[in-house]
Amino acid sequence: MKTVDLVIIGGGSAGMAAALQAKKEGISDILILEKDECLGGILNQCIHNGFGLTEFKEELTGPEYLWRFVDQIHEEKIPYICNAQVIDLSKDKIIKYSKYGLVETIKAKAIVMATGCYERSAGAIQLPGDRCTGVITAGLAQKYLNIKGYMVGKRVVILGSGDIGLIMARRLTLEGAKVICVSEIMPYSAGLNRNIQQCLKDYDIPLYLSRTVSKVVGKNRLEKVTLSSVDENMNFIPGTEMEIECDTLVLSVGLVPYISLLNYIGCPIGPTKGAIVNNYMETKIDGVFACGNCLHVHDVVDFVTEEGRNAGHGAALYIKNLIKNDGEISVIPGREISYVVPQFIDKKTNENVTLKLRVRKPLKDQFVVVKSGDRIISKTYKLGVVPSEMILLNLSIDKINEINEELTVELEGK
Amino acid sequence: MKEFTCIICPRGCQLIIDKNNNVTGNACPRGKEYAINEITNPTRTITTSIRVSNRIDTLVSVKTNLAIPKNLVFEAMEIINKLSIGAPTKIGQIVLKNILDTGADIIITKNID
Repeated sequence: MKTVDLVIIGGGSAGMAAALQAKKEGISDILILEKDECLGGILNQCIHNGFGLTEFKEELTGPEYLWRFVDQIHEEKIPYICNAQVIDLSKDKIIKYSKYGLVETIKAKAIVMATGCYERSAGAIQLPGDRCTGVITAGLAQKYLNIKGYMVGKRVVILGSGDIGLIMARRLTLEGAKVICVSEIMPYSAGLNRNIQQCLKDYDIPLYLSRTVSKVVGKNRLEKVTLSSVDENMNFIPGTEMEIECDTLVLSVGLVPYISLLNYIGCPIGPTKGAIVNNYMETKIDGVFACGNCLHVHDVVDFVTEEGRNAGHGAALYIKNLIKNDGEISVIPGREISYVVPQFIDKKTNENVTLKLRVRKPLKDQFVVVKSGDRIISKTYKLGVVPSEMILLNLSIDKINEINEELTVELEGK
Repeated sequence: MKEFTCIICPRGCQLIIDKNNNVTGNACPRGKEYAINEITNPTRTITTSIRVSNRIDTLVSVKTNLAIPKNLVFEAMEIINKLSIGAPTKIGQIVLKNILDTGADIIITKNID
């Protein structure tokens, strides 16, 4: 059996960053397995701009951002195989992948999972009504439009106001479709404020809050949808129905980490719906690391790149036998916090740790407090917090060394 | 007085500009510049894709290398949609110079071998 020190599953932003970091730290026997026909992952279809402000201090389109990393992969001569779909994984890190129907087996010393995320579909949200053509997820619509050049519809309703939905509202409008409205079940948008401005307000596209699709009608192709307001328990309010004739319903209703392979090896999963990891991004399965959107869904690619580097660094330490595993400190999401990554910190770490977290709902005037028992480790003021914006907190090494009890991260009103 | 969201970076500051062009709510100097532009000459960068003439079912992404006046966006799209280019393509390669006399070029944003 062929053996490789470090196998990276997924050649998108996270996987490429992990590979480059591991190489930088002296790991030379690396292989990236990518299921698509080229490296870069989802950024290949994100042709809009706004990427790279943290990483490169300039505003790039998705393809421009990813090519900066592809160029480095080529310069560093890091091997990668495209059209390679991993079909099996075992706890002792034996990987089977299929390329054009031929199955290859390799054994790795360490694995970095960088498999990204997938879109929630009509079935996942129990979309009521007919199952006709013309109902499509936003990312798939984006692929058709931006990569393949197919228009997905002429009169479009968008369900969900996450960033992909907003970006697609603008993109479809520019290509000549009529985007009738964006409907959001929550009382607030899940997208960035700038995207509400430049994708909706710029083109006078209305955004309806606390309203969702209560009925889909279409014999073959979609003919109309009914939108209804919802109460605080997400039940439809009778009498608020609004019928809209349209041929396309674009769903932008959330992303879920892609973890099928981790399920094969019984890897424990946490509140992010991705693996639970320590500060080296190592999962509870020895030598298996995870980063990027398969760990938790990010809002900015620059942070995916940074997390990929962390995982690449962790994998390099693991291969060099430098991770001690002498006990760990748990990090618990407290009041109004939906999750914190990492969930564990190595007690003997000699590195600073960045905690990444999300809040449950929009709030103003809050302190983000990190506590160990009754001791306050850090307290950071935030003018406003929203679930769509990941919060980063830096914990310095001297603070970590003082901690013995588990850490809790919580919000505290001013 | 006018209120709008800054689109320069993902932070999305709520900007307020009064009739004397005093800007508040901005976290950085770029917000001030954006607010003044937004009421005098609003501009936007276009990102879209064009056909690759010598490949089947293939598009290549392009953008305006400068922001162009907002009211020219749809007119520019009509012109861009008629463009095509032969592969290989290189990031930064110019497809069309000075679109609609705006001074902005249409440039490639993706490498295709």
